[in-house]
Amino acid sequence: MTQFLIRRIFWALFLFLVATIITYLIFWVIPADPAALAAGKSATPADVARVSHYLHLDEPIWRQYLRFLWNLVGHQSLGNSFVTRQSVNHIIGQDAPVTASLVFGGAVFWLSLSIPVGILSALRPRSILDRVSMSFVLVGISAHPVWIGLILSYLIGYRLHITPIVGYCNFFPGGEGVQCSGPVQWAYHLILPWITFMILFAALYVRLVRANVMETMSEDYVRTARAKGASESRVMIQHVLRNSLLPVVTILGMDLGLALGGAIFTESIFSLPGLGHEVINAYNASDLPLITGIVTFATVCVITFNFIVDITYGFLDPRIRPN
Amino acid sequence: MPAFEVTDLATRFRTDDGIVRAVAGVSFSLDKGRTLGVVGESGSGKSVTFLSVMGLLDPRQSEVTGSVLLDGEEMLGASKSRLQQIRGSKIGMIFQDPMTSLNPVKTIGWQLEEAAQIHQDISRKEARRQAIEILKQVEIPRADQRVDDYPHQFSGGMRQRVMIAMALINNPEILIADEPTTALDVTTQAQILRLMKRLQDDYGMAIVMITHDLGVVAELADDVIVMYGGRVVEQAQVDDLFAKPEMPYTWGLLGSLPRLNSSGGRLEQIPGQPPSLLHPPSGCPFNPRCEFVMDICRQELPALDPSTVGIDHLFRCHLDEEARARIWEKKRQALLSEDAA
Repeated sequence: MTQFLIRRIFWALFLFLVATIITYLIFWVIPADPAALAAGKSATPADVARVSHYLHLDEPIWRQYLRFLWNLVGHQSLGNSFVTRQSVNHIIGQDAPVTASLVFGGAVFWLSLSIPVGILSALRPRSILDRVSMSFVLVGISAHPVWIGLILSYLIGYRLHITPIVGYCNFFPGGEGVQCSGPVQWAYHLILPWITFMILFAALYVRLVRANVMETMSEDYVRTARAKGASESRVMIQHVLRNSLLPVVTILGMDLGLALGGAIFTESIFSLPGLGHEVINAYNASDLPLITGIVTFATVCVITFNFIVDITYGFLDPRIRPN
Repeated sequence: MPAFEVTDLATRFRTDDGIVRAVAGVSFSLDKGRTLGVVGESGSGKSVTFLSVMGLLDPRQSEVTGSVLLDGEEMLGASKSRLQQIRGSKIGMIFQDPMTSLNPVKTIGWQLEEAAQIHQDISRKEARRQAIEILKQVEIPRADQRVDDYPHQFSGGMRQRVMIAMALINNPEILIADEPTTALDVTTQAQILRLMKRLQDDYGMAIVMITHDLGVVAELADDVIVMYGGRVVEQAQVDDLFAKPEMPYTWGLLGSLPRLNSSGGRLEQIPGQPPSLLHPPSGCPFNPRCEFVMDICRQELPALDPSTVGIDHLFRCHLDEEARARIWEKKRQALLSEDAA
C-alpha cells in the first residue's frame, strides 16, 4: 500500500511538472505582450518596460518558470494576477466552489437519470423505453453544450420564466455585496446549468450503464445465481449491479476530475463565475499566473479523482485490492 | 416412481436466421440415487436439454415443450416463483467453467450463505455454519478461514468444489453437472469425480453428468444417453453400452477414446462436422457423417428400437441386427488388437 502511494505521488508530481511546463511553453510561443496589456492603453514604452520588469516578464522563460515553482514550494503561492494583482490563490478559492457546485450537482442529476434508465434499457432491449432513450442519447451526444444551454435558457428562463437565465448565488448565506445567497437560491440558479450537464453526460452514461448491465447479465455467475433459485430482483441487485457499475466508477472519476478544471461552455452560457469563466478572461488578458494557477488546480483535480477512483475500485472489486 | 421423468422435451430458439431446434424430442428418466451420463459433442443439445429443464433459458428467445416431472410435479409451465423454489433446493446445478461461475466481488461464504438462505428460513449465523460445514464436506482445507476468501483466491479445482458445495448446501435430490471437469487439468478432474462419487454415497442424490468424455461416463454413470443433433440416439445401462454399442455414432465415440497403451498412432475421429440445427439433415441426423449410410437413412428418422443386449437399451439405426453385430465385432477386434500392441 505504501509503495502504491509513493508511486502515485511521484506520478502526480511528474504530471504536474509536465502540465505547467507545457503551459509556460505555449505562453512563450504565442505572440502576446502581457506587459502592454497590464500597463494600459495610454502607457508609454517606458511604462511598459517598467511594468515588464516589475512582472519579471523581461526574464527568460525558464527563470519565470523556476520563480513560479519557487513561489509554489516556498510560499504555497500561485503568484499574483498580472491584471488585477490579486493573489491567484484567492481567485481560485473564490471560483472553485462555483465550478464544484456545477459539476457535483450536475453529476447527481446525470447519474440519477442515467443509472435507472440504463438498467431498464438493458433489461428490455429493443423495447419502447430502450428506443426512446437511445434517441435521446443520440441527441445528447450530438448537441453542443452551448446550444443546449442557450435553448434551455431561452425556453425555460426567458419564455416560461421558470428559472433565472444567468447568474450565481452563494450556497452559504451572507457575505458583502452579494445580491442573493442561501441553498435555495443557489440551487434555483443552478438548475439550468445542471440540466445542461445532465443532457450532455447522461447521454454517454445511459449507453455505458446499458452496455455494462447487458454484458454482466450474460456472465456465468449470473446464471449460477439463477440456478441457486435467486429471484430476478435479487440477481439484479446482488449480482449484476455492483459488477456492472465498476467501469462507470472509472469514467465518472475521470469526468469529474476533468470538469472541475473548468466547465468552460456551460459557465460562459450561464455567466457562472467559475474557473472555466475565469480561464477565458485570463487567456484574453494573457494573464500567465492565473492561467498557470488554474492549470495547476485542474491537474490536481484530475490526479485526485483518479486516486479516489483507484481507492473506490479497490473497495468495490476485491480482485484488485492490494493484498 | 422415478425422481425425474422427462418426456418428449423439445427446445426451439428463435434467431434472426430462423428457428433452431436445439432439442428435438428427448425422453429419459432418472431414479433416486443413480447417475445418468449424458454424452455428446458440442451442439448435440445436451446442455440445452438441462437448461430447459431448469427453466434457465430466456423465454423471449426460446420455446420449450414436452413434459418434465419432478417427483410427479410438472415443471414445464410452472410459475416463476415455483421454479425459483425448486432450483437450488430440489435440483442443484454446477457448470463447466468454475473460473467464471462464481461472483468475483462476493466472498465464498456470502455466496454459500445466499444459497442456504434463499431456501431455508435460517439466521445468518446458521447459514454461515452450514457454509463452513459444506466446505468441509467438499474437502476444502481450513474451511472456517477460507470461507471469507474471494473466488480469485481459489484455484480452478477449489472453485469447482465450492460450486459443488453451493449446489449441495440445501441437500437436493438431483445434482445436474454440466461438464464439471472439462475446464480442469487431469489430476484435478480425477479428484472432482471421486469427490462427487463420495458425496453421492453420503447424500444419496441422483446425478446427471453431462460430458463429452466417455471416460467420465465409465467412471461414474449407471445409465447413459448418447445425444446427437438434439436427439437421443442411444441409451443404455453403462455396462451394456460399452459391451454392445448399437449405432455408428456411438462406435465412433468409443473409437476416438485415447488409450493408455495404444501404439501411438493417430486417434480415430468421426469425419465431418456436427449437423446444423438450423437446417438439420432429413432422416437420421447422423447420415451425412455415417460410413454405413443407406438410402433410407436420408429419408426416415430411425425409431428408438430395443437392443438384444441389456434391459432398456434403445438405439436409433436402420442397419439390421446382423450387420450391426458384424461391424461392432470387427471394430471391437481392431480396438482390442490396438490395446494389445
